[in-house]
Amino acid sequence: MAIQPDLSFAPRVAELSHQPVQRCYYCLRCSAGCPAAPFMEYTPAQILRLVQLGQKETLLRSSAIWLCIGCETCGTRCPNEIHAGAVIDALRQMAVAEGVPVGERTVFQLHRAFLDSIRTWGRLHELTMLMQYKLTSRDLFSDLDMGLDMFRKGKIHPWPKRIKGMAQVKGLFEVTGERQTG
Amino acid sequence: MEHRYAFYPGCTLHSTGVEFGVSTELVCRALGLELVEIPDWNCCGASSAHSLNDRLFLALPARNLAKAQEVGPDDLAIPCAACYSRLAAADLALRQDDAFRAEMEATLGFEYQGRVRPRNLLDIVANDFSREQLAARVKKPLNGLKVVSYYGCLLIRPPRYTGRWDDPEHPQSMDHLLGVLGAEAVPWSYGVDCCGGSLTLNRSDVVVHLVDRLVRAAHEAGAEALVTACPMCMANVDGRQKYRGGAPLPRKPRPDYEPLPIFYFTELMALAYDLPVGKVLGRHLVDPRPLLRQRGIVL
Amino acid sequence: MKRVGVFVCHCGTNIAGTVDVERVIEEIRKYPEIVYAVDYKYMCSDPGQRLIRDHIRQDRLDAVIVAACSPAMHETTFRRTGESAGLNPYQVEIANIREQDSWVHQAHREAATAKAIETIRTIVAKVQYNESLLPIYLPLVKRALVIGGGIAGMQAALDVADAGYPVVLVEKSDHLGGRMAELSGLYLNLEDGAAHLAARIEAVQRHPNIQLLLNAQVTGVGGYVGNFTVQVSQQVEGELVPYTFDIGAIVVATGYDLYRQERLGEYGGGRYPDVIDGLQMEAMLRPDGPTAGRILRPSDGRVPKEVVWVQCAGSRDPELHMPYCSKVCCMYVAKQAILYRQQVPDGQATVFYIDIRSQGKGYEEFVQRAMEEHSVLYIRGKASKVFQENGRVTVWGVDTLTGLPVEVQADLVVLATATVARADAVELAQRLRISTDATGFFNEAHPKLRPVETNTAGIFLAGAAQFPKDIPETVAQASGAASKVLSLFSQRQMVAEPTIATVDVDLCSGCGLCVPACPYNAREMHPWRGYSVVHEALCQGCGACMMVCPNKATRVRNLSTGQVLRMMEAYLERL
Repeated sequence: MAIQPDLSFAPRVAELSHQPVQRCYYCLRCSAGCPAAPFMEYTPAQILRLVQLGQKETLLRSSAIWLCIGCETCGTRCPNEIHAGAVIDALRQMAVAEGVPVGERTVFQLHRAFLDSIRTWGRLHELTMLMQYKLTSRDLFSDLDMGLDMFRKGKIHPWPKRIKGMAQVKGLFEVTGERQTG
Repeated sequence: MEHRYAFYPGCTLHSTGVEFGVSTELVCRALGLELVEIPDWNCCGASSAHSLNDRLFLALPARNLAKAQEVGPDDLAIPCAACYSRLAAADLALRQDDAFRAEMEATLGFEYQGRVRPRNLLDIVANDFSREQLAARVKKPLNGLKVVSYYGCLLIRPPRYTGRWDDPEHPQSMDHLLGVLGAEAVPWSYGVDCCGGSLTLNRSDVVVHLVDRLVRAAHEAGAEALVTACPMCMANVDGRQKYRGGAPLPRKPRPDYEPLPIFYFTELMALAYDLPVGKVLGRHLVDPRPLLRQRGIVL
Repeated sequence: MKRVGVFVCHCGTNIAGTVDVERVIEEIRKYPEIVYAVDYKYMCSDPGQRLIRDHIRQDRLDAVIVAACSPAMHETTFRRTGESAGLNPYQVEIANIREQDSWVHQAHREAATAKAIETIRTIVAKVQYNESLLPIYLPLVKRALVIGGGIAGMQAALDVADAGYPVVLVEKSDHLGGRMAELSGLYLNLEDGAAHLAARIEAVQRHPNIQLLLNAQVTGVGGYVGNFTVQVSQQVEGELVPYTFDIGAIVVATGYDLYRQERLGEYGGGRYPDVIDGLQMEAMLRPDGPTAGRILRPSDGRVPKEVVWVQCAGSRDPELHMPYCSKVCCMYVAKQAILYRQQVPDGQATVFYIDIRSQGKGYEEFVQRAMEEHSVLYIRGKASKVFQENGRVTVWGVDTLTGLPVEVQADLVVLATATVARADAVELAQRLRISTDATGFFNEAHPKLRPVETNTAGIFLAGAAQFPKDIPETVAQASGAASKVLSLFSQRQMVAEPTIATVDVDLCSGCGLCVPACPYNAREMHPWRGYSVVHEALCQGCGACMMVCPNKATRVRNLSTGQVLRMMEAYLERL
């Protein structure tokens, strides 16, 4: 199925991400250095290209945009100083805002659970965060091995501690428009 | 000499990164480095804030900068690489984005002075102390223990946040520091390659792939241990080298497993300074104590 | 017997790597006429030449053999060396033991060494009978002819005219400016080309040293460098007016054509009104053009909201069209796309390309600006098909990076067709006795080191007639050609080699066999004296006339039949 390029998408993404997306001349250096690239169905340069071609649906539904680790290798090495990671973050936020079924559900839900933990306690409380995450993702058993090891070594606190300035923290969530879920 | 710094510990320093926290405190005391903890600090947002909300990503660490202003010293010591990166990002935004600054000042009730400088702990130790000052404390040099310096990602990238306190492609500050301690930092090519970060909890296949590469490269370089400055890297290299990721059962070590103990640079400093760091060393998932005993590094 | 000195060059390892130079010297020294023989690493270097000079004096040499590379390389060098030591330059000969020995017999060192010795000996035999010669001086007409009144021709003409020499500028059409006059804004500043051109045109028209002939063509060229005779025919009010000029040097600046769109059937060139080529787009963009500077669809005159450029239309296509890269298209496409986006801010511009070649100063940044500031969409993938349907023009391509097939529904498509040699270039080449390559562009004397000269002395090249190039390169090459003309004109007379044919008039019977034998039209029967004459500037000393002369009246100086026989004897002696 041939695509029809839509040129209105790239400027919106450029504005949201504060990245000069149009500058990309696809040297592919970002894809070459990306640690997650072998696992992505679209590598960073391809993601930028799809942005330039206006392939919004493909991008928002992809799993690739959820696999970015945020290592900043792409932006540091890009000859045009485009931080592909920031572009990918913008696409994540667009996907969530538009209610698109996200490509890596568990990754999204972990981030959600993490932010919920901060909103509740002001700091991360791993145990309750993990519990919320496991329940929402319904992925009870995978990847728990390292968590169990950590627990056994006493590196996970059983009891959360709330900070005093919760009003301010909640205020920050509100002013940045971050809704709570769980 | 007295060095006084504001201090942001971050969420992991007393939990999953407790070894980093304990060894940091010991080493700082020994160096005469006074850490004044920011009162009532909040989580910096880690990876989740920037993933879901690019304004919250800056707002959460902004509150910590506001609180840091109350403490006094200009330099803000931050051990965790990710926390450091977030606070540096927020500081840059407060300085350059007038609208954001106004919003934060209003929401948090403070006036941004632009005085507080977020700095990573490795930067402070490596650059604020002379070689002589660092060497003076060494009581038990590390017997030429062969190690590789693993800088990871957010410690040295992106340059606009880090201000290039060390080179983003070929950093050397940890290598030099380890040399002062009597270890031998062997050259290798993976010092700035990512460990997989937060994907460890639901795409551990990615982390295992990346950690495999790091551990193999370290072994090939002739290293006996890997040294890090980041709790996330520690968790991944420590926790994901022995088993393949995925379901907790069955748990058989991989067939080609060759352990590579991993230390925080502060733990090695504590060992060289003859400080009581032994207990936390036992909390690593890959026990480094057999290696230390074998190399005559007494705890 | 002349006292001969032999100087054997190693040429680094080029010769010494195959030929045993020490043994050559050893053997050569055995011959009585050789009073001095020596070898050296690089004979053409300063110390090498000093060696030769010193021994000419010290050993009172009458002749010098330099056994080294081909005479084409350094014969002139060594002759000058000999002359500077008081020896007649024509007593210096080259024995080629490189191109004709060491380089072609690398696997046979024994045989190569023996051949080197033989070669030297034959040249020694020749040089014994060399005459001391003086160079020949020929008159030089210091008037230049420039063929072509475009930017290349005008630049060359102005440079030569400004230096004080008369120039005849012949232009086929009725105006100056050539292709540049057909362009709209010029990259990089998008400034109006016409204004710059107007200044040049005016300078040419009012220059006292330039005789301008519009509507004129060169119909015949005879003679040789410094002394060409050129026939020009000019169209004046329906009549053809002939001119004849004496010319010293010729600059060919006849420019280029665009590949005919019709040959690109898959792109519908020439078939669909809304598929045009680069020059047609330029015409639309020109304020004085057919659409008064507005980009409009040829079919219905509406403003196109979606324009596609297809690069490499006919270029880089060895199988079907032109094999070479036309060099200028990447840049003018970016320029046209920017001009379009400026004119139609809500229009979309898309470029299908294979590579972007932006190799001038500021060129890369210019193309990046098109992408970044003007939101021109660049898609890497050679467009496969262009066709017009329901009033729109569809372009089929693929985005290489994502592998996705792309279809663009355009209102107007511009084909960046290949820049080709003009159709009449070959005919002109024949008239001038210069050559063209397989694609019709005029051949330069050496692709790297002699880009403005041809293999015919006195004829120079400037501009896209030699190969596609942009305006800065054209202007540079035109000035380069002009400088060659000026260097020719800076001499009082022309110097020609004396090692050419000569006639002993007492022996010449006037049979006339030498005239048709000469491939250079250098022989003629004297109109009333009855014997044969040599045109010294045309004669190349090939010896064909010498062979056919029944009376041995004609000989080539320093290559007489007698000398050749002596050389053969010297060789056969060894056997």
